[in-house]
Amino acid sequence: MNNLQQKAQQLLESGNYGLIVGYEKGTSGKARPVFIRKAEHASKLIFDESCDQNIAVYLYRQEIKHNKKKVIVANHHTLKSIVELAAENQVFDGDFMVLAFAENGDIIELNTFEEIEKHVATLYHGLTEAEAAMMKKIEDMSLEDRWAFWENEFSKCIKCYACRASCPMCYCPTCTVEINQPQWISVPSHTLGNLEWHVMRAMHLAGRCVTCGQCGKACPLELPIQLLTYKVALDSKQFFDSVAGTSICADNALAIFKPEDHENFIR
Amino acid sequence: MERKLLTKDSYRSLITKLIGQNYQVVAPVKKDTMIDFLKISSFDEITEDYIVTVSSAKTVAFPRNEKLFDYEKQNKKLTQQDFDFDSIPQSVLIGVRPCDAFGFHSLSSIFCWDSIDKIYTTRLERTTIIGLSCNKADDYCFCTSAKGSPGSTAGSDILLTKMTDGNYIAEIVTEKGAKLVADFSDLFTADGGADKESLLAKVAANFSVDDVLAKINSKFEDEAFWTEQAMRCIGCGACAYVCPTCACFDIQDESHGGKGHRVRCWDSCGLSLFTLHTSGHNPRENQGQRWRQRLMHKFSYMPDRLNTIGCVGCGRCSRACPVDMNIAEHCMSIIEN
Ligand code: SF4
Ligand code: SF4
Ligand code: SF4
Ligand code: SF4
Repeated sequence: MNNLQQKAQQLLESGNYGLIVGYEKGTSGKARPVFIRKAEHASKLIFDESCDQNIAVYLYRQEIKHNKKKVIVANHHTLKSIVELAAENQVFDGDFMVLAFAENGDIIELNTFEEIEKHVATLYHGLTEAEAAMMKKIEDMSLEDRWAFWENEFSKCIKCYACRASCPMCYCPTCTVEINQPQWISVPSHTLGNLEWHVMRAMHLAGRCVTCGQCGKACPLELPIQLLTYKVALDSKQFFDSVAGTSICADNALAIFKPEDHENFIR
Repeated sequence: MERKLLTKDSYRSLITKLIGQNYQVVAPVKKDTMIDFLKISSFDEITEDYIVTVSSAKTVAFPRNEKLFDYEKQNKKLTQQDFDFDSIPQSVLIGVRPCDAFGFHSLSSIFCWDSIDKIYTTRLERTTIIGLSCNKADDYCFCTSAKGSPGSTAGSDILLTKMTDGNYIAEIVTEKGAKLVADFSDLFTADGGADKESLLAKVAANFSVDDVLAKINSKFEDEAFWTEQAMRCIGCGACAYVCPTCACFDIQDESHGGKGHRVRCWDSCGLSLFTLHTSGHNPRENQGQRWRQRLMHKFSYMPDRLNTIGCVGCGRCSRACPVDMNIAEHCMSIIEN
């Protein structure tokens, strides 16, 4: 048993905790979310580089939301999302414990939002090199080329909403796409309707996207859909100095008015 | 079943001629990062480097959006333009895996259940399916547990099996297949008698779908079981949309001013809006109940009412699922619990 499994076993045996949300080995070497309730199942838990999925989405899920004895094993994406969810009052202080990892692999117990926020401050918040390169490639395109790039991507989207479902920040009980009086966004998955959907989603995530890339990882058609919300995240940083997932106080660009906010886009 | 030889050069000629004769030829194509069925204009666009494509072959007969009719309202007068059946092209669908080909059987049983869906059936009638046996499989494949096999001819009009020399064994399965072979008879030559079985992928049968069928009804009311099965499921449409046998659809009007059209588009039991009543009540209000619907539909309702199973073991849903809900594992847990 490794230290995570031992820790999980102790926590469950102590009776103070009844549920551990973490990762287990899935099909073909993939990691996947797992829910451990019994100490004898603690050995299923893994934590390695395959565990890059953001699993904060489960914290507010109906079936486990009210369980006050839960623990979540968190990678850096999940941690940042917890901070942002805390800022938006979607999770509550003291409702769960976080098991994070130091660089040397040691387990760090985080019990309060303050502790989580402090730990998150030590993490890297930028894009990965590959992501930054993709962003640059698109930004360097001419307007026509960029339009063609996204038109091609949107033509593939089947509107399965896996991107939305796996994004911890997409927690609205009724999404704009589900409102049909009036119908804001086309239901069929044609290129125009897909563009409407993704632009709407990106705007709703302005200053809230923690750039975890989970939406893109979830997409069965492999659209690099995270790049849209990344763009809005980078703009939020540049123009409003707002970086999601860094502060447990609500300060995202679209929710807060500051007298010094830029207004030069209003013409 | 009649067997012929189709050399790789003849295969190229066949596809090139079909395109030349204005057939719509749909084949697995590498587009950006993934492989999917797309209309091709040259043989060279085809790839054979796939286990299965991301989306299923069903898109040919049941596309994600199908415009049913157009309408226009002017001065209180409504005019309607019906579906134009002449717009449906003669198609040849190639590179279809046996699981996918068999999927049309399940799909057709739904679209021809109480009333015949003319658009779906016409699209399928005008499509000749050239299947391609599987010479490799992955951890998601379980056709052999679901009454299929990597070399099954069911559902294909012609089934090709690639030999080690790059040529193909062509099994002529249906009259439609025979007609195509007759039309291009110079391309199909005498079969050399190669052993087909040895060319196929090995897919272990880890369970029998019959055991799932026998057990699943008794699990219906076991709420805790379904809640546990669906804990990971985050409720999207990925599994249903890529599935060769999922047939649920939504009907939407898209209008602009007085003009518009009615569209049939895919729907999924994974989504929270599925079966939500106007009153606000939803008989399937949580993910456990929605997941139960998915499995019951495939392994109970379809076998009971349509005499067919609703899963061909292609594993697409599991590959597409963002949280690795592996349907074969769930089937086995139904048998074991
Ligand atoms: S996951 Fe991909 S295909 Fe599905 S709605 Fe999102 S972008 Fe479209
Ligand atoms: S990268 Fe995607 S999944 Fe992650 S927070 Fe941003 S929008 Fe959500
Ligand atoms: S349920 Fe899954 S494995 Fe079965 S046919 Fe559909 S996509 Fe394939
Ligand atoms: S099983 Fe997977 S693909 Fe299907 S609804 Fe659930 S999360 Fe989405």
